[in-house]
Amino acid sequence: MSTKHLPPSMWDRKLVREAIHQSFLKLTPRVQIRNPVMFVVYVGCFLTTLLWLQSVLGHSEEPASFILGITLWLWVTVLFANFAEALAEGRGKAQAASLKKARQDVSARRVSEKNKQISEEVSAHDLRSGDLVIVKAGEIVPADGEVVEGVASVDESAITGESAPVVRESGGDRSAVTGGTKVVSDWLIIRVTVKPGESFLDRMIAMVEGAQRQKTPNEIALSILLAALTLVFLLATATLLPFSIYSVEQAGQGRAVTVTVLVALLVCLAPTTIGALLSAIGIAGMNRLSQANVMAMSGRAVEAAGDVDVLLLDKTGTITLGNRQAAEFIVADGVSPEELAAAAHLSSLPDETPEGRSIVVLAKQLHGIRAVNLEAIGATFVPFTARTRMSGVNSTDREIRKGAADAVEGYVRSQGGAFPTGVKSIVERVAKQGGTPLVVAERARVLGVIHLKDVVKGGIAERFAELRRMGIKTVMITGDNPLTAAAIAAEAGVDDFLAEATPEAKLQMIRDYQQGGRLVAMTGDGTNDAPALAQADVAVAMNSGTQAAKEAGNMVDLDSNPTKLIEIVRIGKQLLMTRGSLTTFSIANDIAKYFAIIPAAFATTFPVLKALDIMQLTTPSSAILSAVIFNAIIIVFLIPLALNGVKHVALGAGELLWRNLVIYGFGGLIVPFIGIKLIDLALAALHLA
Amino acid sequence: MIPMTASGLTQIVLFLLVLLLAVKPLGWIMARVLSDPADGQQPVLSRGESWIYRICGIRPQIEMTWVEYSISVLMFNGVGLLVVWGIQRLQGWLPANPQHFDAVPNDLAWNTAISFATNTNWQAYGGETTMSYFTQMIALTVQNFVSAATGIAVLAALARGFVRNTSQTIGNFWVDMTRSTIYILLPLSAGLALLLVSQGVVQTFEPYRTVTLLEPTVGADGQPVTTQTLALGPAASQVAIKQLGTNGGGFFNVNSAHPFENPTPLTNFLEVISILIISAALCFTFGMLIKDRRQGWALLAAMTIPFAFLLICCYWAEQQPNPQWSSLGIEATANAEHSGGNMEGKEQRFGIANSTIWAVATTAASNGSVNAMHDSFSPLGGLIPMWLMQLGEVLFGGVGSGLYGLVLFALIAVFVSGLMVGRTPEYLGKKIEAFEIKMAMIGILIPCAFVLIGTAVAVSATVGKSSVFNPGPHGFSEILYAFSSASNNNGSAFGGLNANTPFYNYALGLAMLLGRYGVLVPVLAIAGSLASKKITPPSAGTLPTHTPLFVGLLIGTVMIVGALTFVPALALGPVVEHLTLNQVPKAP
Repeated sequence: MSTKHLPPSMWDRKLVREAIHQSFLKLTPRVQIRNPVMFVVYVGCFLTTLLWLQSVLGHSEEPASFILGITLWLWVTVLFANFAEALAEGRGKAQAASLKKARQDVSARRVSEKNKQISEEVSAHDLRSGDLVIVKAGEIVPADGEVVEGVASVDESAITGESAPVVRESGGDRSAVTGGTKVVSDWLIIRVTVKPGESFLDRMIAMVEGAQRQKTPNEIALSILLAALTLVFLLATATLLPFSIYSVEQAGQGRAVTVTVLVALLVCLAPTTIGALLSAIGIAGMNRLSQANVMAMSGRAVEAAGDVDVLLLDKTGTITLGNRQAAEFIVADGVSPEELAAAAHLSSLPDETPEGRSIVVLAKQLHGIRAVNLEAIGATFVPFTARTRMSGVNSTDREIRKGAADAVEGYVRSQGGAFPTGVKSIVERVAKQGGTPLVVAERARVLGVIHLKDVVKGGIAERFAELRRMGIKTVMITGDNPLTAAAIAAEAGVDDFLAEATPEAKLQMIRDYQQGGRLVAMTGDGTNDAPALAQADVAVAMNSGTQAAKEAGNMVDLDSNPTKLIEIVRIGKQLLMTRGSLTTFSIANDIAKYFAIIPAAFATTFPVLKALDIMQLTTPSSAILSAVIFNAIIIVFLIPLALNGVKHVALGAGELLWRNLVIYGFGGLIVPFIGIKLIDLALAALHLA
Repeated sequence: MIPMTASGLTQIVLFLLVLLLAVKPLGWIMARVLSDPADGQQPVLSRGESWIYRICGIRPQIEMTWVEYSISVLMFNGVGLLVVWGIQRLQGWLPANPQHFDAVPNDLAWNTAISFATNTNWQAYGGETTMSYFTQMIALTVQNFVSAATGIAVLAALARGFVRNTSQTIGNFWVDMTRSTIYILLPLSAGLALLLVSQGVVQTFEPYRTVTLLEPTVGADGQPVTTQTLALGPAASQVAIKQLGTNGGGFFNVNSAHPFENPTPLTNFLEVISILIISAALCFTFGMLIKDRRQGWALLAAMTIPFAFLLICCYWAEQQPNPQWSSLGIEATANAEHSGGNMEGKEQRFGIANSTIWAVATTAASNGSVNAMHDSFSPLGGLIPMWLMQLGEVLFGGVGSGLYGLVLFALIAVFVSGLMVGRTPEYLGKKIEAFEIKMAMIGILIPCAFVLIGTAVAVSATVGKSSVFNPGPHGFSEILYAFSSASNNNGSAFGGLNANTPFYNYALGLAMLLGRYGVLVPVLAIAGSLASKKITPPSAGTLPTHTPLFVGLLIGTVMIVGALTFVPALALGPVVEHLTLNQVPKAP
């Protein structure tokens, strides 16, 4: 994977400085109102600020220094929340900056439909969908489009980070070009397919900057839950004022709880930890995806990735290596294994294809056959052509051919030989096992068969087992016949396969799964993948693919690596887990805060409540202040967790829940007891309370 | 030392055992009654049923959307409410009024009408001094049946929301209501009423009887008292349904502490089992209706475990000697001679164990009938019934309403824990999204809000404060208890508070209305939304919701929401009382 889009370190000094600056700019009500939990804190800040001003003027409900302490820490709480969001955004912006460099205003040469030789110079901004432009070597592609004429190599590093140029040509699956990339050789005529401002690059920049970030469905549901909880706490604290006044009346001692203390209690109880970090978690999730060089077109898709039940994976390139390899030499009757191996070896020596090289390696491994200098023995190579469908070597006394069974059969016949039935059955057997049979013949004599096998990628079976534990079903999609497909599916350990897959069959399969309530993810690159991509819930288009595929998908993988889908699922799950875990932590924290604040708030009315002060805090005011300080600084402590996500482990749902419940639920119960006590000790040591 | 007696603990265990044994058979029968008509398994079971449909013009095949279902519930309950109000206002002209009671005052009539229509049965009146036999039977007892049937119907509709795949409708309210009444509540009540009569619970239209006292006494005015008026009436038929339907409205003022409502240990046992039996069995019914019985057992476990724990706590608190007495050298520990503990406000014939079982059962379920005075419980012993109501009446809770309330908490538990395992949360095969969370939180929030706001208003206003007999934290507990009871449709009273004033009648009436329909309508909305969704089959990545882990999480969610909301208020009431009580008195 390329590293170009890796963002700077979380605590990069420049980023932090910018984030601090942003935290203050975000103090406007317009920004704050978007987050109901933090808005309550924000309003509380104003309230205590006013109370402090009042106390300075002499109408004091609490000592001015105490109100000031609470007020300052409440403002700090809001600033910390802003800081978390700004830091997450900042990391995206750094990425966006590098992308923006690619979006310079370039000029384009527009050509007319009829005469492509005459061009006019226009600004890239003025290009409209449907315009034709010509781009020559050394020029920047002005807009996203489809190649209509020409073949060229294009440097796409501005987008993908990958420095090796790729070939783009008209027709087929490699016809899409992206604005901002650079033609390094030859020329292309491109039909522009997007309106200005809606290009891939524009969307990418918007995505990493978070400018178009909308709340995702899950985030909305969680926001509702948090807002409702905040409302519960608002009621619980607001009604405490009349309760307290009544209690004072009845007890005939002490004084009613003050507004400052109630605001402090409310802020401590409200789920501020998750409230402050919620938007940062969402932004960071998108960032993690773009670090993996995947561009999501919506946050919704990232979330859906966590929910995926079925992964449709193309066989070639995802499950198997792109190339087949020689696995076995099977001799014909009356041929020695060495003879077959030597002939296969000789015929493959000059063959530069991966298959050919694998034959050489196998012959050497099995029979110790050493390479010979072809020129020394006067041999010439006969390369593979589409017409002959064979390759081989000719020397003065020998003529060896290898190729598909029917092609070699024709060759043997033409040499006056016969194709043995024994070899025919070998060929059938190899095909049944999922292999490709290559028949080797020397003039009229058939020597035997080379078994070429699809090689399943190392470690892929373990990854599928991991997915199975997470409850995700894997389905292999292949054009192979069912027999071959079954053999490879069994070896790779996928749960199911679709053989002789057509785009229609693929689409139907997705619909069937969705009908059964499953969420389906797939990757695709060709135009004929587009309907299936559009149907799938999570559709990752390869950046090397066609424009149609990229538009149908809801994510684009810039590395064009089909295995990336597994990574995307992981990122989606991690995003949800981070939210859930921090929510649990935030709520679990409240228990300790009650133990700190309730005895302190009613210390004068009901001194017996001191029995609840199990932390033995120094004074009532230091207890309240410590809880507020803890509540603020826990946000900063959890920023790394929010930005990096909680650790993802491939476990079943039950075990995973246990794990996270112990860490964040139980941890959330214990940590504040320790934290508040330590802060209280520190305050006492500094004589601040 | 643990101040609990073996006999007390045995009674608690026996109670739980009998309750749980009844769950499966009763649950199975109720599932047959409430089966989804979409499955084609809901034939008209009797001629009586089809006769009712014909008379009322109900077309049982017609399915309702959640909005239509809600409107039907609201209209039906609304009309019932008006009828109860009207009968009370007109009872002076109506028959079966041997004591010639006059019209019930308007504020009290409204309060009572709301109270019975909402399955609360908060009683700001004394039955034998206010209501005619006609009112008791035609107004109140009828509502006891139909308000309970409404709860069962809504639960059946919710179950359909889970099992139906992309459906717009959730059943027919009239059918659910009719079947719940005639096949579940009527037969059970008839049977129980006969058993109660056999034990001496009165059932008569005769007027009150004046009897000569065997042991004459002296009245407050110093005059000798030689006679007493014994209130009578058709009590057994009302007592049976008040227990089974988690209504709780007693025929007589002192409810099931009255010897004519609850004369023997056997009636006490039958009545207290009846409080929880339908709510408990509905868990099994729910499991059958959603075609996954394990889920029903899990929900039952989530109710039973905290219930048993709190019951033991309450019994422990009541059996505890009063520390203030101990310091005076008064022996209050249980021993061979006496029961020890706190016997204030308890019937001698029931004792501490049976009074606490009743108190915990009646507040765990939204029943509200009593056989002892909760006001006289020790501070912690009184805290537990109060907190059980504040938890939203979901540990058993009202018939139907308890379980649908618990499902709201299950949605919240599933949502947070579902996120923790990295998936959009699912419960019983349906995805839980923003709409469900919004409705679930409304349903959880509304009763909490009215407990807190109501109490706040009452302690701030003179009209609220003037009704309190006991000053100090105990007076605060009394007001908090009243609003907890009304907002959560329990109906039990702590006592010590004169709630028959216009302020409390209207304020508590409002709390009862909003507490009932503020939960019921969101539940139906959830049912409708879930029904319209596709069923997601479970996979290894789906959080299983029938495991002990999830049961623990669900219990935790209920407890934490209840604790976080009410800890400050409870701290100022029962907690302060408890801590004060336990302060060692200073030597004089």
